[in-house]
Amino acid sequence: MTRVFISRDATALSLGAEQVVQTLQQQATARNLPLEIVRNGSRGMFWLEPLVEVETATGRVAYGPVQASDITGLLDAGLLEGSGHPLYQGDIEALPYFKNQKRLTFARVGITDPVSFDDYVQHDGYRGLKNALKLSPQEIVKQVTDSGLRGRGGAAFPTGIKWNTVLNAPSEQKYIVCNADEGDSGTFSDRMIMEGDPFVLIEGMTIAGLAVGATRGYIYLRVEYPHAHAALNEAIASAYRNGYLGDNISGSGKAFHLEVRLGAGAYICGEETSLLESLEGKRGLVRFKPPLPAIVGLFGQPTVVNNVISLASVPIILDKGADYYRDYGMGRSRGTLPLQLAGNIKHPGLFEVAFGMTLRELLYDYGGGCANGRPIRAVQVGGPLGAYLPEAQFDTPLDYEAFTGISAVLGHGGIVVHDDTVDMAEMARYAMEFCVEESCGKCTPCRIGSVRGVEVIERIVQGTQRDQNTRLLRDLCDTMTYGSLCAMGGMTPIPVISALNYFPEDFGIKSDVDAA
Amino acid sequence: MMQEDYLHKQAVAKILLAHQSMPGSLLPVLHGIQDSLGYIPEQAVADIADALNQSIAEIHGVISFYHYFRQTPPGKHTIRLCRAESCQAMNGKKLEQYAKKQLQVGFHETSADGMFSLEPVYCLGNCAGSPAMTIDNNIYGRVSPERFDELIADLKGAAQ
Ligand SMILES: Cc1cc2nc3c(=O)[nH]c(=O)nc-3n(C[C@H](O)[C@H](O)[C@H](O)COP(=O)(O)O)c2cc1C
Ligand code: SF4
Ligand code: FES
Repeated sequence: MTRVFISRDATALSLGAEQVVQTLQQQATARNLPLEIVRNGSRGMFWLEPLVEVETATGRVAYGPVQASDITGLLDAGLLEGSGHPLYQGDIEALPYFKNQKRLTFARVGITDPVSFDDYVQHDGYRGLKNALKLSPQEIVKQVTDSGLRGRGGAAFPTGIKWNTVLNAPSEQKYIVCNADEGDSGTFSDRMIMEGDPFVLIEGMTIAGLAVGATRGYIYLRVEYPHAHAALNEAIASAYRNGYLGDNISGSGKAFHLEVRLGAGAYICGEETSLLESLEGKRGLVRFKPPLPAIVGLFGQPTVVNNVISLASVPIILDKGADYYRDYGMGRSRGTLPLQLAGNIKHPGLFEVAFGMTLRELLYDYGGGCANGRPIRAVQVGGPLGAYLPEAQFDTPLDYEAFTGISAVLGHGGIVVHDDTVDMAEMARYAMEFCVEESCGKCTPCRIGSVRGVEVIERIVQGTQRDQNTRLLRDLCDTMTYGSLCAMGGMTPIPVISALNYFPEDFGIKSDVDAA
Repeated sequence: MMQEDYLHKQAVAKILLAHQSMPGSLLPVLHGIQDSLGYIPEQAVADIADALNQSIAEIHGVISFYHYFRQTPPGKHTIRLCRAESCQAMNGKKLEQYAKKQLQVGFHETSADGMFSLEPVYCLGNCAGSPAMTIDNNIYGRVSPERFDELIADLKGAAQ
């Protein structure tokens, strides 16, 4: 029986993986070839998806990108023996794009069957939990603090410190809430974990529960992710069956219950307090802070709200130790960050690496430049509220503080590449328009400011009183930055001002350098 | 009461019953109703308000806050086109214009034959396969105008 791996990842499916599976199955039956197709996560090299990996005596051999129409030719050439073919990629892990990553959080993704409990355990799963069960809550929190892990959802707040606050907040009922809203465009690492290794998130949340004394968890998942929803529900059911969720986790006498709740297409519900409102069944209006959710969170109780990647990074920290994780990275950015390369890029995909690599290395050495061969003109890092950066900034290392230093953000690690045909005034206008669409409406600088922002940018582009309107745009951005309740209104100026500063010519403005 | 209204009412009652004991049940209830009926009818709003002890205005407030919920019946198929940055960088706007022209609809509209509703979406997490869209629960990546036509033709063919 030959095992063949074809991904169930949404992007692989969007490129035809399901048709490949069906055709291969049919043809194998017709040819009497014994074959088992495993639906794994994706390796994250999306220019090669749909990827077909065949298990041979000497390891897995990959072919890609495969379409259903390639199957006959592949089988004729000896697919199941790992023979040569124009789509032959060999050992995927030997390719520089894969080999030069540091896959800690994504260690199993693309390798295991995501919803197989046995596979998970055989590939080092639940070792972190096993260790955690031997520790006191304080000791677990200390491990996470010592690892240097900072929230991967955007704000980069130290995870251990947040957990400590919840641990020390006295209450009968506490909650662990996983922020799986992943609203940032250009990002898909949360999705890939949930589809490719949902157990690691379940394990991370269970450890968080033990650490702070919470017995109930919710995964707030965006409705745009039906494939992640299915994988999570399968894995959660299996964890219950195997005694790894419920009233007696792995025989420890400790309880942890977990369920998935769906969002409904509101970007603001990724903001943690808006998310909690939504989970409570209300409109997603942002709450005033303080009190912090760690003190008064879900249903008024102390609550840990963490991003998917933050929580999914906890098991390896508890398994291999805080030092192991902390030894990766630079400065105050410890461990690894799963970066996501998207937009106009030859090799779009997931690239997990220790902090410190430069943007240039990532974009050209691994990303391969623009998909259409044109020059890269601008990249937006960190989602729709992140800065647009020109080539002159590409030597910035991927590190939280280095990005803050250039008025940019790393955020959730999404990188969207634009070629030289991009109109940056239009991208700035779009950033304001997005804020109009997605503002929760609670505060004026964001709700009204964004509407004004769209108008002012349009006037600048039309050439109506350009100097005056440019000053107005900068003032408006200041008001939004300093007067907004949350980062929706507070950070929308980042893409706008960076576009204006780095690409003034697109607004019809002579660049500052020319003017000086 | 018309037959359809009656069936709707029954479906809503069943969903409300199934979620009654759940804390923060409103979103799961709304999802349940939209999953089974395709939208949230006005009558359901009153039933929900009743069951959850909230005002009709409150329920309306929640429904209108979330882009995903709708109060009118959708077409036979719902197409969600990504408008966000990664897809824009890969000709997403051209695809949007093309789709609107082919279907003769704007966003939030349904084609005259009742076959297709077109909705904007801000990222499908398929940015490595931009430009991206979904039709019902199926996801598509690197969608060219030709591919778009094929998919539409397949669905039209299947309907005949
Ligand atoms: C407008 C807005 C949208 C956000 N969207 C997300 C999101 O989709 N996913 C996420 O994890 N965090 C998001 N955040 C950040 C959360 O508010 C919060 O910082 C995070 O969930 C904390 O988890 P972490 O410490 O593990 O990063 C968003 C913040 C804002 C202001
Ligand atoms: S900044 Fe915008 S999204 Fe945030 S609270 Fe104010 S209105 Fe709501
Ligand atoms: S930006 Fe279109 S799928 Fe993410």
